[in-house]
Parts: sequence; C-alpha cells; structure tokens
Amino acid sequence: MYRFVLRRLLSGVLLLFVITTVAYLLLYAGGGDIARRIVGPTASDAQVALKASQLGLDRPLVVQYWDWLTSALTGDLGRSWFNGQLVSAGVSSRLSVTLSLVLGATIIAAVVSVVVAVWAAVRRGWVDRAVQLVGVLGFAIPGFLIALGLVSLFALNLKWFKATGYVPITTSFGGWAGTVTLPIVALSIGCIAAVVQQIRGSLIDALRQDYVRTLRARGLSFNRVVYKHVLRNAGGPALAVLAVQFIGLLGGAVIVEQIFALPGLGQITVAATGQGDIPVVMGVVVATAAIVVIVNLIIDLAQGWLNPKVRLS
Amino acid sequence: MIETPLAVPAGAAKVSLFRRLLTHPTGVVSMVLLVLVALASVLAPLLATHDPNTASVQQVLAKAGSGHILGADSAGRDVLSRLLFAGQFSLAGALLALAVALVLGVTAGLAAGYYGGWFDSASSWLTGLMMALPGMVVLLAARAVVGPSMWLSMMIFGVLLSPAFFRLVYASVTAVRNELYVDAARVSGLSDVRIIGRHILTVVRAPAIIQSAMVLGIAIAIQAGLEFLGLGDRNIPTWGSMLNDGFINIFKSPTLVLWPALVIGLVCIALTLLANAMRDELERSRGPVKKSRKAAAAEAAADAEGAADKRGAAAVVHADEPSEDDGEILLEVTDLGVAYDQPDGSTTHVVNHVNLTVRRGEVHGLVGESGSGKSQTAFSILRLLPQGGRITGGSIFFEGKDLAQLSEKEMTQVRGKRIAYIPQEPMSNLDSAFTVGSQLMEPMRVCLGISKAQARKRALALLARVGIPNPERTFDAYPHQISGGMAQRVLIAGAVSCEPDLLIADEPTTALDVTVQAEVLNLLRELQDELNMGVILVTHNFGVVADLCDRVTVMQTGRVVETGPVRSIFNHAQHPYTRQLLGAILEDTAPRGQYTLKELKGVTS
Repeated sequence: MYRFVLRRLLSGVLLLFVITTVAYLLLYAGGGDIARRIVGPTASDAQVALKASQLGLDRPLVVQYWDWLTSALTGDLGRSWFNGQLVSAGVSSRLSVTLSLVLGATIIAAVVSVVVAVWAAVRRGWVDRAVQLVGVLGFAIPGFLIALGLVSLFALNLKWFKATGYVPITTSFGGWAGTVTLPIVALSIGCIAAVVQQIRGSLIDALRQDYVRTLRARGLSFNRVVYKHVLRNAGGPALAVLAVQFIGLLGGAVIVEQIFALPGLGQITVAATGQGDIPVVMGVVVATAAIVVIVNLIIDLAQGWLNPKVRLS
Repeated sequence: MIETPLAVPAGAAKVSLFRRLLTHPTGVVSMVLLVLVALASVLAPLLATHDPNTASVQQVLAKAGSGHILGADSAGRDVLSRLLFAGQFSLAGALLALAVALVLGVTAGLAAGYYGGWFDSASSWLTGLMMALPGMVVLLAARAVVGPSMWLSMMIFGVLLSPAFFRLVYASVTAVRNELYVDAARVSGLSDVRIIGRHILTVVRAPAIIQSAMVLGIAIAIQAGLEFLGLGDRNIPTWGSMLNDGFINIFKSPTLVLWPALVIGLVCIALTLLANAMRDELERSRGPVKKSRKAAAAEAAADAEGAADKRGAAAVVHADEPSEDDGEILLEVTDLGVAYDQPDGSTTHVVNHVNLTVRRGEVHGLVGESGSGKSQTAFSILRLLPQGGRITGGSIFFEGKDLAQLSEKEMTQVRGKRIAYIPQEPMSNLDSAFTVGSQLMEPMRVCLGISKAQARKRALALLARVGIPNPERTFDAYPHQISGGMAQRVLIAGAVSCEPDLLIADEPTTALDVTVQAEVLNLLRELQDELNMGVILVTHNFGVVADLCDRVTVMQTGRVVETGPVRSIFNHAQHPYTRQLLGAILEDTAPRGQYTLKELKGVTS
C-alpha cells in the first residue's frame, strides 16, 4: 500500500513539474516582446529595454525559468507586473472561494448522481428514460447559460438570493450559503448529468453480476447488496468521471465567478489575461495544476480502496 | 470533458448513416435546426436588415419592434442582424477548432495505433497531459500571450480537443491492426497508406462523425464562454460577445441576453441530440443480428415445446421405493410457470407446469440440457429470477408457506437461513472488492444476529470444515488471490453457514477441474449428511446424478419429462429424452473417469 501511494505521489509531482515547465516556456517565449507590450507602443526603445531589465526579461529564458522554479519551490511565485502584488498572496486569498464552489459542486454532484443513478438503474422503465433525457439536456446546455438562467430567475425576478457578492464562511455561514448556492447549483448540473450517465451504466452492469444473486441468496436485502456491494463495484468508473468533471469545473468556475461577481481565482485570471500579466497567469496555472494533481492523487487512492486489485498489483 | 468513445462497430459505416438518421425523429429535428442556423448565418448579408456593426446613439437599447425586430443593443446596433452575422463567426470558429482537432487527432491516432512503438507511448502521454488542465484555464493563459484573436484561440482549443479523436482512432486502429484482412492486405503488398485509407478510415468514419458533433457543441460553448468573459475580439460580432453585452445590461434590457443565450443553447442541444441520434442508429444497425439470433432461439424453443405437446406433455412418474419414502416433504413445487417479458411486449414462457417434491435429507437431481428450464426453476424457488423474469403460476410450498406469494421482505428472511444456494461459476460469484472473510461474515451477522467476533470464529471453522488448508490466510484473501476450487469451497461454506434446511446447488462442479470436481461432490455429500438438508442439485450430467442423488427429475424445454428414484430412472428410463441423456453419459466418460463408469455399471447392471 505504501509503495502504491508513493508511486502515485511521485508521478503526481512529475506531472506538476512538466505542466508548469511547459506553461512557463510557452507563456514567456510565446508572447514576443513582452516589455514592449507593457510599456505600450508609444514608448521609446530605451524605456522598453529598461522595463525588460527591471523584470529580468533580458536574461536567457532558461535562466529566467531556473530563477522562477527555485523561488516557486520556496512558495514565492513572483510579483504582478501591473500592481506589484505578490502572486502567491493574490492566488491563495482567492483559492478558498473557487475551491468552496468547485468542491461544493463536486460533493453535491456525487451525492445527487448516486441517488438518481441507483433510482434509474434499479427501476429502469420510464424513470430510466426520463433520467437519460434530462441528462442529455443537462450535458448539452453550457454551464454558464444555466448560471445566467438561475441568476435571472432566482436572483433578479424572485429575489431569493443575492445576484452578486461574496460573504466568507468565517464571517457568516448563512451569508456564505446565500452567496454560493446558485453558483454551486449552476456548476453541478452539467456535472451531475455526466456522472449519472456513468454510474447508471456501471450500476446496470454490476447488477447483472453473479455475486449479486449469490449475496441475495445468502439473506442480504436487495438494498444492502446495492448500496454496499454493487455501488462499490460501480464506483471505480464513476470516480474516474468525477475526476474529469472536477477538472472541467475548475474551468467552468471562471465564468460562473464572473457572472456572480465572486472574488475567486477566475476573477484574477480574467483580469491578468486581459492585461497580459504573465506572472499572475503563471501563478493561476501552478495553483490549478496543483489542485488537479492533488485531486487525481485522492481519486487514485480511493480507487485503490474500492478495488483491491489496483492496490495489490 | 469528452466521454470515452464508443466501441467501434465494424462495417457499420457501410450503410449510410445520414439516410438512417432521417428515420430518427430527434435526429431529423436537430438536423433541420442546425441546417437552418447554418443557412441563416451564411445568408446573413441577404437576410439582415441592418449592418451588424453600425452603432447609433439614438437607438441604444431600443425596444423590439420599431425598426428593430429584436431591438438594439447597448451601442444601438440591430440585435437580429448581429445575431445572423455572429453566426458566421461563431460557427466558423467552432469549425476551425473541429478541423484542427480532427487533423491532429486522426493523424496522430492513425500513426500511434498503426505503427506503435515510441510514437504510441509519447502521444498517449501527451494526450494525458493535455487533458490534465481545464481547457478554459489553458485558453485564458494562451489568451494572455496571443491576444484577443478568436481564430488563434479556436486553433489552440482545437489542439486541446484533439485527444477526443486521438483516443477514438487509436482504439479503433489497435483493434483493427491485427485483423486477418489487414494482415492479408499487408501480405498482398498494399502500401501502408492504402491500408490505412481503405481498411482503417472506413472503420473510424462513423464514430468520428458522432464525436465531431459533440466537439462542435463544446467548441461553440467554450468560444461563447471566452467572448462572454469579454476577452474576445471586439471587432467581430459573435454570440458570446452579444451575451456579454446583454448580461452587462441585464437590468436595463432583460431580453437582450435572451436571444444569444437561446441560439447558443439550441445549437448545443441540437448537436448533442444529433450525436446521440447517430449513436442510436449505429447501435441499432448492429442490433438486428442480435435480435434475429434471439428470435431464432425463441422460435426453436417454441417449436420444441410444440413437439413436446404432440408427444404428450404428461411426465413419466416412477413410483417411490418404500424404503426411501421416509423424510418429511420439505419443498413442494406445483404447476410452476416462469416467463420473461420481452421488450416488444410479448412474453416468453421458459418453465411450464413443473412439479417437484424434495424431502428432508434427500438429494434431488434436476437434470436437463442448457435451456431446459432447470436453473430457472431453481431461481424461482429462491425468488431470484433475473430481471424481466416472473413466476406466472403455480405454488412453491416450503414449510407450510407458499414462497411464490411471500413479500420480498419475508423472502429475505427465508433466503440464506432456510434455503441456501451454491452457484455454478465460483469466481464471478464472489464480490472482488471484499475479502473472503468479510463476505462470509456479513450474511451470518445479518441472518443469525451474531457479533463480529462470533462470526469470525464461525467463518474460520467453516473454512476449515470445507477443507481449506489455511483458513486464516483464505479468510484475509481477496477472491482474485484464491483458486477456483478454493472459491467454490468458500461459496459452499457460505451456503451452509446458517445451517439451511434446503440447499440449491446450480451445477456446482461444472466450472471446476476434473480432479477438484470429485472432492467438491464428496464435500457436498458429507455436509448434506451432517446437516440433514434437502438438496436440489441442478446438473446436466448423469454421472453426477448417479454419484450423489436419491431422486431425479428430468427437464426438457421447460417441462418435466420424467421423475422418480434414481435407481428406477437408471434402470427403466422411459422417456426418449432421458434415454438419450443416459446414453450420452455412457459414451462420454468425462466427469469422474473410470470411477463413474464403474459406479454406473453397478447401478445399471
């Protein structure tokens, strides 16, 4: 088991390293004359050169990268080119907002998907067909359209929730819940649609397995067999889809944060992207990649727990 | 972001997918809608009443109607005209992303799948890397470098989407690469390019078209998302930038956001539904083969049934020998019928008018070829018929209660404790996610209400009893770590763990090695003796019957054809089917070699 965890951990660190390296090289080499863009087209060549040397952009790319990497390992991701703020501080202060959205949506999606998928897989018939139809629609409609719909219905017309703004959970739980409910719902719908399809399919397969009949023949109730045995066996593929969905949610959160004016990662990403503030963009890439690697690690461990063959091989 | 491609139906692309789609209602509706949107966009210069970019201060946020059919936006531009022209850019952007994804994904997939080697592992690794970050974040990062060009963004997104095609093509090519006809083509000297073109591209064409519809939808959505964030090119009208404008002015003019949202939503839904419809049609094209085979089997069964009726359906009943008539009657099945509901609404009867009596302490063989209804009879006694199956008539009396009438809850009380079951295939009947020990203990704790420690002690004792050499080790093992013979012993231990009165063994030795078969049969006999159980032994093997059973019931096409004490059946078989089965076992000495033969001779002489 330790070797399994260690191996996954190492491959996660390697993935993080590769992603950040590729991102760094593309971001810093792909942008042409960065200093010129910052100081503007009307500035003199001397001003451009000065800016470049201030930001260290006149050094060879490899040296810049090495410098960035060694600082990054100590937690220093540099400063924004435009407001001079520490990137690490800017990213980490917004991380909690984005994570509470994405984790909330993932948890809700997981719970709702399991319940709905079991319902569809066990009942079949019209229940199953209805679930599949709604699933296709939920999958097809872009998440931000759903978010727009929710805002105009529940916030602007019915006024049940505030349309914009954010209250930290540490300030008031009620206030926090009021500001994140709609965004989480908007994010989770597409996720639920995809995960339900997967769990439903693997449940139907798992229900056909011989051991289901044998366990029932030993006196276990159908529900006990479904929730303890069938669901655990169907869990592997479902977790894999949930991991993919989680990554998608990190992207979806950018737009949803914009719609609900939440101070999350998405907000600084959009701002930094518009300005071409490369250190901040790089910081967002590092944070996102780190989250993805951690989530994949957790999913791998969960897979090992679910399926002894993975763990023991 | 994209589901794993469906398995490739070989040769399915031969019949025109398009023509079959015309018979699919959602497919037709989706296609018509998409064609209309595409036409409206292409013909925008003719249809539009205004120039899409002409701003007018007087017309800012003008209401619908007065000169502007759908009103005007925050710069006073005509919404309908912009919607039409925006279609050109939004669709072209999505098509660009699709084209890039197709070219990259299909080329890399073909090369990786066909040539394998380092290219294979490198591109698989690369696709994994590309799927590791959310597409939106990559696009935003890229936007920071390349600027607000929609075309560049869509090309980058095309690269990000290419794994969707790579995986599809790669899976198909590796499946096809070693097919005989590809080998034959190679041997006959065709060049790689021609083989790929002729044999491999035809296989991936249909699934790739389906994937394309999905990818187009995703590209339209993400492009609209980018523009909605205000990061797009402000000089060209797109649905996303209209959404942005509408959202900013949502308080002043609530309908402004509605039109682009409606168009984006409808196009995305239509593309997804179209993809689903195409998938349905592809799967259906493979369907008829399966269906006709099933139909043929059903017809054959019906014919056989008819023949049985002509021969006279009444079963041959051999009288009991006085000495064997001791045990109380444990189970009495009368006039049992089992049927399956078919998707087309009809029902297929698989068991008809079956009578079966099992006494305490008796091993009752239920014999017949596969499809004779013997397993269906066994499952209906347990009330564990596969999905779609139901008991259509008759009664199953067990200890004064008709099992056919019990509720599911009452039946759960009977299973395991009073009636137990040993399956045919040992490995698939253990849950691979739990240890052998926990699977043994769980039902005991439920049925007997004992503590975990007691259950553990009992489980270890049972494992020792069924002849497992190192019970502790097997207890802690997972099913895939033990042999088939061991697994069958575990299942037997589980079946007798709550000391049932009736044991139903469904071909308990069929899946085992010949040497293990004899041991398992001996074990069954010993346990039956010890616990004084009634046993129903479902088998197709008269050797096993001769070895173990007191009485036999022979089934054919869902009916009982002959029943009686084993000695009487072996000596005076009357029904031709029984004789045929007996004849088969005398010719073929498979189950227990010479031992069986000798014993059979002892019985028959």
